[in-house]
Amino acid sequence: MSKYNLDYLDELEAEAIHILREVAGQFEKPALLFSGGKDSITLVRLAEKAFRPGKFPFPLVHIDTGHNFEETITYRDQMVARLGEKLIVGYVQESIDEGKVIEQKGKNASRNTLQTVTLLDTIAKHGFDACIGGARRDEEKARAKERIFSVRDEFGQWDPKRQRPELWNVYNGKIHKGENVRVFPISNWTELDVWNYIRREKMDLPSIYFAHQRDCITRNGQLMAASPFLNMDEADSIISRMVRFRTVGDMSCTAAVESEADQIDDIIAEISASKISERGARLDDKVSEAAMEDRKKGGYF
Amino acid sequence: MNILKFFTAGSVDDGKSTLIGRLLYDTGSILADQLEALQQSNRKNDDGSIDLAILTDGLRAEREQGITIDVAYKYFQTDKRKFIIADTPGHIQYTRNMVTGASTANLAIILIDARNGVVEQTIRHSYLVSLLGITNVVICINKMDMEGYSEQVYNSIIEKYKILAANLELKGVTFIPVSALKGDNIVNRSEHMPWYTGTSLLDFLETVEVTGSETTDFARMPVQWVIRPQTDELHDYRGYAGRILSGTFKVNDKVTVLPSGNSSVIEKIEVFDLNPEEVFAGMSVTLHLKDNIDISRGDVLVNSAHLPQSSQLIEADLCWMDNKPMDDSITYFLQHNSKLTKCKIREIIHLVNINTLEKEESHQFKLNDIGRVVIKTADELAFDLFSENKANGSAILIDSRTNLTVGALMFRAIVE
Repeated sequence: MSKYNLDYLDELEAEAIHILREVAGQFEKPALLFSGGKDSITLVRLAEKAFRPGKFPFPLVHIDTGHNFEETITYRDQMVARLGEKLIVGYVQESIDEGKVIEQKGKNASRNTLQTVTLLDTIAKHGFDACIGGARRDEEKARAKERIFSVRDEFGQWDPKRQRPELWNVYNGKIHKGENVRVFPISNWTELDVWNYIRREKMDLPSIYFAHQRDCITRNGQLMAASPFLNMDEADSIISRMVRFRTVGDMSCTAAVESEADQIDDIIAEISASKISERGARLDDKVSEAAMEDRKKGGYF
Repeated sequence: MNILKFFTAGSVDDGKSTLIGRLLYDTGSILADQLEALQQSNRKNDDGSIDLAILTDGLRAEREQGITIDVAYKYFQTDKRKFIIADTPGHIQYTRNMVTGASTANLAIILIDARNGVVEQTIRHSYLVSLLGITNVVICINKMDMEGYSEQVYNSIIEKYKILAANLELKGVTFIPVSALKGDNIVNRSEHMPWYTGTSLLDFLETVEVTGSETTDFARMPVQWVIRPQTDELHDYRGYAGRILSGTFKVNDKVTVLPSGNSSVIEKIEVFDLNPEEVFAGMSVTLHLKDNIDISRGDVLVNSAHLPQSSQLIEADLCWMDNKPMDDSITYFLQHNSKLTKCKIREIIHLVNINTLEKEESHQFKLNDIGRVVIKTADELAFDLFSENKANGSAILIDSRTNLTVGALMFRAIVE
């Protein structure tokens, strides 16, 4: 091996920075979709590496379901203050108040699918032509098929049968007015890669990623954080458990895992040994075999 | 630990998806909830075992039809290496998707069904591997279990393949007899073929030396973005941001900016908060020059001692990827790394019949056609030949009416 070989994390990082700079170079009005989860926090770190000491050539955009973990919002606001970058928030509550979407009812109600409408409205309102997201191909089998530059029509729809060929490291960002491109710089990263990168870069994360004592209820065999956003009835009993979260969606669709891992080394050890996939704790993927494919066709992240 | 990117060529009938499924399964890369979802699925093998092929067919249309339509990327790692698999479709109507998956790979696995030997599809896949300049090729003779694990069958297939490989000037070909369905020689050495003395497929993938165009000495960095903070304290800061395609850059290297031809010297190199003396292919960096010269996105910085070719007329191999045939009366966009320019097809030299490898005369290029053309670009391109430097020797064509990516170009010669 020659000395001119990149370690895998360096290679993944260099690829992601290249993609972010392509977005800056090719689009008029890009945005970075920020959820407060570890993947979008990683994107922010990569954007610092791509553009500092300059400003980011895009704002951060958060689609706020209103059903947040409080820790995530605290983290978000502190991070934005530290970065000195612009944050735009699109509120699902506003979409509900305007009558554009209707709140789901019943025990499994979640605002997860409602987000799509708020996201598309926010894109239209600000005229974003590219939205950078933290999705990874190892997460789910429809995502495994998606391009790094993934074109959406003016209705936000992904057409998996008509994806543009994507060759070498050349990305075609040409679009018609009204269309936009979803860009996924960490497509080729795995969950473990993200954690190893967070450790290497000594990045801070919202505290819910680390083991903590929390009131939970059991729903469909999974532990859910007890919260006012979860429709509970007499059959639900609150139990206190030592848990952490592997992904951060809104409180009504993200399940906790029982864990004692309160340090990043313990988390990496736990994930390496885990027999359950990351999205195994996401109720939104369990609806059917094509749940993610169908949501992406409808304009989801 | 480094990364090996490989792609698999073959059809579902050859057991391609089963082979990938087997690699993932036997390396413990499939987790319990994914396995549970598989077991609940309706697709099963004849003996009731899990159909590993459905692991890779991610789209509803693919599961319904039992075929691979588009590239799926899969990830796994062992103690020795990380792997990215581009699982590409083998059917001829999806050739463009195979080219997509193959373009970023540094190794190809071609599957041959032991019952059928070298067939038309094998020729097509091998041709694409040679066209795309992939220098590591593994030929898996699959379904050995259905041929009684016969050494004779294996030998007669590899003798035939060696003739094809010589015709295509394929280098670095390795043969492995396997049964993806039964797991022979995939992760573990097979007990059924004691006559085979080589390694298992996984052993080979873990240890093969990865070489690519990255090792070329010719330093090239297309400028993607100019960093100019324009603040009081960083008033004069001008950093040229890009990813190095090939070669190395060192502080004090003399560099030339193309197409302008202006020269300067590297004053400082930044990789975020580090200031390395030397950077190399694959790295995303920011370069600072001693002189204040006009440089913007689309320009390329090169080592002044090794200049690339410069021309508006280039002979190239073209793979056509759009349903709408190529039209030599219109102007296309050509994207060469960060450079976007306009382009016309001046001449079709020949088409290649990718099933027989014969060159044919033609007046048109249809979906999945591959052949040699002469292009003329609006601006001079600073390029290398694909055979010497893949990253700076390739480009895509974009239809300016639809914005679709319609062609892949590999530069073969400068036209005087």
